Amino acid sequence: MKHDGELHTLTGAYALHSLTAAEHEMFTAHLADCPSCRQEVAEFSATAARLAGAATLPAPARMRDAVLHGIESVRQLPPLLPDSGRPMTFTAILRRKAITLAIAASLAGAAVLGGVTVWQKQLAEEARQQAQASERRLQDVSAVVAAPDARTVRGRTTTGAGTSVVSSKLQNRAVFIGTGLPDPGAGRTYQLWFDDHGTMRPAGLLTQDGATLMQGGIQGASGVGLTVEPAGGSARPTSRPLLLLNLPA
Amino acid sequence: MRRTDPGGPSATTGQPLPFGVPDTAAPRLEDLMSRVARGDKDAFSALYDALSGTVFGLVVRVVRDRAQSEEVAQEVMIDLWRQAARYRPGEGSVLAWAATLAHRRAVDRVRSAQAAINREHDQAARQQARPFDEVAEQVETRLESEQVRRCMRGLTEIQRQAVTLAYYQGLTYREVAETLRTPLPTIKTRMRDGLIRLRDCMGVTT
Ligand SMILES: [Zn+2]
Repeated sequence: MKHDGELHTLTGAYALHSLTAAEHEMFTAHLADCPSCRQEVAEFSATAARLAGAATLPAPARMRDAVLHGIESVRQLPPLLPDSGRPMTFTAILRRKAITLAIAASLAGAAVLGGVTVWQKQLAEEARQQAQASERRLQDVSAVVAAPDARTVRGRTTTGAGTSVVSSKLQNRAVFIGTGLPDPGAGRTYQLWFDDHGTMRPAGLLTQDGATLMQGGIQGASGVGLTVEPAGGSARPTSRPLLLLNLPA
Repeated sequence: MRRTDPGGPSATTGQPLPFGVPDTAAPRLEDLMSRVARGDKDAFSALYDALSGTVFGLVVRVVRDRAQSEEVAQEVMIDLWRQAARYRPGEGSVLAWAATLAHRRAVDRVRSAQAAINREHDQAARQQARPFDEVAEQVETRLESEQVRRCMRGLTEIQRQAVTLAYYQGLTYREVAETLRTPLPTIKTRMRDGLIRLRDCMGVTT
């Protein structure tokens, strides 16, 4: 998916939802900047809807009752603001998160310093370093996701959040992507683990949704786990896993 | 619509409209949707009646298990209510939007971690039991729309199988490539070429 010419041919696979989760996200990002692919995807989705129509089956009557009853307790989402309507690119999401983190971190660092000049210098310097670190992390995440042998496994946590793990044997790396993770609570953090055939190896912390490059190599690991731990993380899990996913063999 | 020739509707005999929701219903669905977006429950029950068959049928085709399909289709219909205000008429019909949501959810269900493991097993079993073109064939003969069947026949063998396996079986294009023993880049382009032919054959516009 590196060369643009090749990228445009993915419209079909995209409209048929046959890309892996990571590729789907990458191509969604491409669509934001490519009107011709956007047009083609719209036409293909309309074509696919004809295929759907050809498979029509009457839905069971109890489903109607369940749905009409079900919506009573479902709050409708507000319309998207015109500005935020355009889907954000995958990279933009990562960047935004990375930069927010960088700024938060530099503010926290600066708060303990005295004079304004020192404060500002420190802020600028830390922000620069953090931004570089974030940029590197972004590149690492992209490298795994775009690896030719990248494989994705998906699953839901016991709390219902959607997760994907993209792993590449060539890169010996994995990226964890969470959507809908609730706040882990004050003084707590999510912790990732590699499951080395029964032994849990710490693989990094996260407190919110987004893509996280897992710490450590995937070699030797048969799966990935997620737990909630006290802030700062633990050497081994201290709570029941919210998620256990097998990595592709 | 491209079929507005002087002969009127009778000129399209032999090319029946594709499925349960005739083209003339399209503006109505859009009107319903804008009422649903304002919280109108009567409009939603009418929308339900118009879309539930397409949603349920598609989900069953992909998920196969009836009980699970019902669950997924139910989630999709409730999602249509939840997201009604986010539907943008300029980006496609209500039907296309609903079909996209339904297909995405169905595919997510069959690709969830445990299901993926099971599926690899029964795929291996199925592959041994009967060749895939036969599976594709069966899917096709169960299609209700004569137009879709006819247009499908206009595809090359590999285009037809690539589109069918991806859309109705929810396979990733990697799985399609493995199944058809065809290189990945070829599969990508065959899916696209297949959809282009179907689009043109069915006169789809957005
Ligand atoms: Zn493009």
